[in-house]
Order: sequence, then structure tokens, then C-alpha cells
Amino acid sequence: MRVRPVGAHALLLEVDDPPAWFTELWRRRAAGELAAVEIVPGARTVLLDGLADPPTTAELVRALSPSAPAEVTAGITEIGVEYDGEDLAAVAELWGTDSRGVVDRLTTTEFHVAFCGFTPGWAYMAGLPEELAVPRLATPRSRVPAGSVALADAYAGIYPNASPGGWRLVGHTDVRLFDPDRDPPALLIPGTRVRLPERPA
Amino acid sequence: MIEVIRSGLLTTVQDLGRPGYAHLGVARSGALDAPALARANRLVGNPDGAAGLETTLNGVTFRAEVRTTVAVTGAHSPVRVDSEPVPFGTAFPVPAGAVVQIGAAQSGVRAYVAFAGGVSVAAVLGSRSTDTLSGLGPPPLRPGFVLPLGRSSPAGLPSGDRVPDERLGEPAPTDEVMVRLRFGPRHDWFSVTARDALVEHPYTLSVKSNRVGARLAGTALSRTIAGELPSEGIVLGAVQVPADGQPLVFLADHPTTGGYPVIGVAEAADLPLLAQARPGTSVRFAPWT
Repeated sequence: MRVRPVGAHALLLEVDDPPAWFTELWRRRAAGELAAVEIVPGARTVLLDGLADPPTTAELVRALSPSAPAEVTAGITEIGVEYDGEDLAAVAELWGTDSRGVVDRLTTTEFHVAFCGFTPGWAYMAGLPEELAVPRLATPRSRVPAGSVALADAYAGIYPNASPGGWRLVGHTDVRLFDPDRDPPALLIPGTRVRLPERPA
Repeated sequence: MIEVIRSGLLTTVQDLGRPGYAHLGVARSGALDAPALARANRLVGNPDGAAGLETTLNGVTFRAEVRTTVAVTGAHSPVRVDSEPVPFGTAFPVPAGAVVQIGAAQSGVRAYVAFAGGVSVAAVLGSRSTDTLSGLGPPPLRPGFVLPLGRSSPAGLPSGDRVPDERLGEPAPTDEVMVRLRFGPRHDWFSVTARDALVEHPYTLSVKSNRVGARLAGTALSRTIAGELPSEGIVLGAVQVPADGQPLVFLADHPTTGGYPVIGVAEAADLPLLAQARPGTSVRFAPWT
């Protein structure tokens, strides 16, 4: 692990398995062993922010190792998707298959939330192999409807709200991804295992 | 409660924000000049973190539906109650039905308006702040909006005294702002020339700056590592360098993760200066450890 200082009160940990580290660090904080205001996983990192004494925290985290991901998340969140996205055919072409082939692949993949960002409730869901990475649209759409299920790079994501977006749309869901009155407010938190089964139209 | 008559360029409800949810993509938000909000709150007997209004350049006008006590701090602005001038930076009584006008700032950008008892709109994830990036919290004010006020504590009744405030009564802020900077975490993505340029050359605050970030224009910072950085967490004050090489200092409504390298992090205590600097102000970074 490499630990990079970030300003006066934060550390960026470069780690192999950010969701597993996120869960481990969250558990340590709950146990009172780690005082951090924010624990933010990224694609290859975990950020610890709001630290009183970063050097001491750096020593602490260097001595840790994350628990196996299997212990981390019990159960799988299933989100029913109607695979009717505007870019389904384009993704099929990129993958060298047909629309049915894309749906079969997405419905049989077990995803996990690698990290969040972009907007509240947005989760970057990993699980597709790198060779199925798809480029973002050259020109983002000015408006993507809420609930759109989309792909970019090797991630899947679901738009929590209508917004501009450059991801390739493969379907949609009615599931509410973010609700400030819920605890936790986001349905998909880092480490969550996710399946995207087909839902009849 | 108060009713908004004129909302100004951008007036939002702000407290000290909603830290602790960045892992869900929720920005901290909160007052850009938090010390100024805290001063206004103390003047009216509130806790530092009570919700008030943050204006942008040209103030706000509202009618108080009930008797209340108000204080205005931050960007130095003319204040009137029913057309009668009242001093800036002092708590003043507002009778029920009176109209309070906060005019265009003479210096600075953001004025803070505190009410005894605070603005008591519903809290979202523990904060009443408007997050302009995600839309969490109350929407920016519009004419006709009605905002509830909380109950003020009898112990907090204002004396009318000014709190000690080193920034009140000062001449207009200079046309140059100095921001302390710690390099990293991704300074190694930039050439030594670029790192030197960041602390040796002045930058100009762009008119495109907002609550998300202070955008700067000046010497473009060239990278030694091309390509996209896998998205990683971002802190308040992070100096991110997008593809065009022009640095951007992230403020309270910043995104929680991003894929452009962060060359350094601005000292949090210097961010209110950036938030109060007008477009065109010269910004210099001083290396700091």
C-alpha cells in the first residue's frame, strides 16, 4: 500500500481492493479505532479525510489488512431492469454480439459497487471484464432520464436523477436509488453486491 | 418567517454543511465563508452552525413576517430596514412586517445574513445547506419564497454590540489573494516546470467561479503523465487540473470523486478569501508544509 498525504488533514491510500478496504476502515471507525470524517473509496484508492493526525493514522492503516470481501457484504441487491436502452444495439456492436447477447451478459454478471460519486446515489458497479469496456459517448446527452441503466468503461451505473450524461444507455429501472429520509440514504453503497435481472416490460 | 422579495444573483440557505456522506456521492456543501456565517450567528445569539443566507454580489431583500433580530457579515454591503440604514456587522432589531434590504456588496462577494433562531427549513442529511451541484437541500431563493425561522433562545438576546472582527472595518480587500498550498497527492503527474509555475506565477480568478470551485486562468500546467486518472476521492481545497491545464480550487459544493489529477491542496483557512475574491483578482499560491 502506498499512502499519499492530501493537504493537512487527509490521506489517500492506494490499495488493491478499495471496497474491501472501505468496509474494513468503516468497521475500524465504528469500533473507535479510527477517527475520520470521510472514508471515500475510488477506483484504486481510499481517501481518509478529516483526520486530526494524519501521520499517526498512516501508521495505523499500514498495519491493517482488509477482511475477505465475502465477509463484508451479506446478500445481493437485485434491481429489475427493462433492457430497452437507446444504446443497446451500439453496445452489442462494440461487444461483437446482438442485443440479446448484451442482456444475457448483464443479467448473469454479479456486480459490486466499487465506489460512488458524480451525484448522490450514483454507484460505479464493477464486474464486467476489461475487454467489455465501452467508451463514453463523444457528445454527452443533455438529459438522461432518472433510472437509466448505463455502461461506460467496464462499469455499470444507474442515474439516480435526470441529468446530462455520456454513458451508454442499456435499460431503465424504477428503483429509487437515493432517498435522504432513508438510512443509509443510498441503496448502493460501496461493497454492495448487485444483480440486474431482466424485468418484463 | 420571512418572505423573499428580491433574491439577488444567487442566494442560498447555508449552515456548516453535511460532512460524512462523501462515500455516497454527497458533497459537504455549507457556507463558503464559514467564519463570516459564524460571526453573524454569534451577533444574533445563535450557535455558529445555525442556518443563514449566503448572498452573491448583489444581496437580497426580504420582508420579516414576525419580529426578529438580524445581522449581516461577510461581503461589506449596505443594509436598510424599511429604507433606514443600519450598520453592517451589528445585530439589529427588525419589527414585524419590516422590509430588510441588503444591497450590492462594496467589496467581497458573499454576504451572510443570520436571524435569531436561524432559518429552520427542513434539514436534509443533517444540514439545511443548498448543494448547488446535486440539488440537495432547499432550492436557491426566488421571489415569493417563505422561509421559517427557528425559536431564539432568551439567553441569546443580542446586546447590539459588535463582536470583535478583524475583517470588519478593514479597507476593501486587496486585488491579490495569497493561498497557502501543500503539493500532492498527484503532483508527480506534473512537470517540475508546472509545479514551479503554480507557485511562481499569479493566476486570475475567472468569472466562471462558483460554489463548486474557484476557477483560475494563467500559466497552463503541463503533465508528464498523460491519460485519465482512475477516479479518486476529492477534499475541500483540492487544486485539480483538468485537460486544459488551468487549475480549479474546489470549494464546498465540489464533487466527491474525480478523474483529473490534484496537484496540491489549498489551506482550508484560506478558502474564505478565495470565496470573497472577485473575478479578476490575482491569486498567488505559496508553498506550505
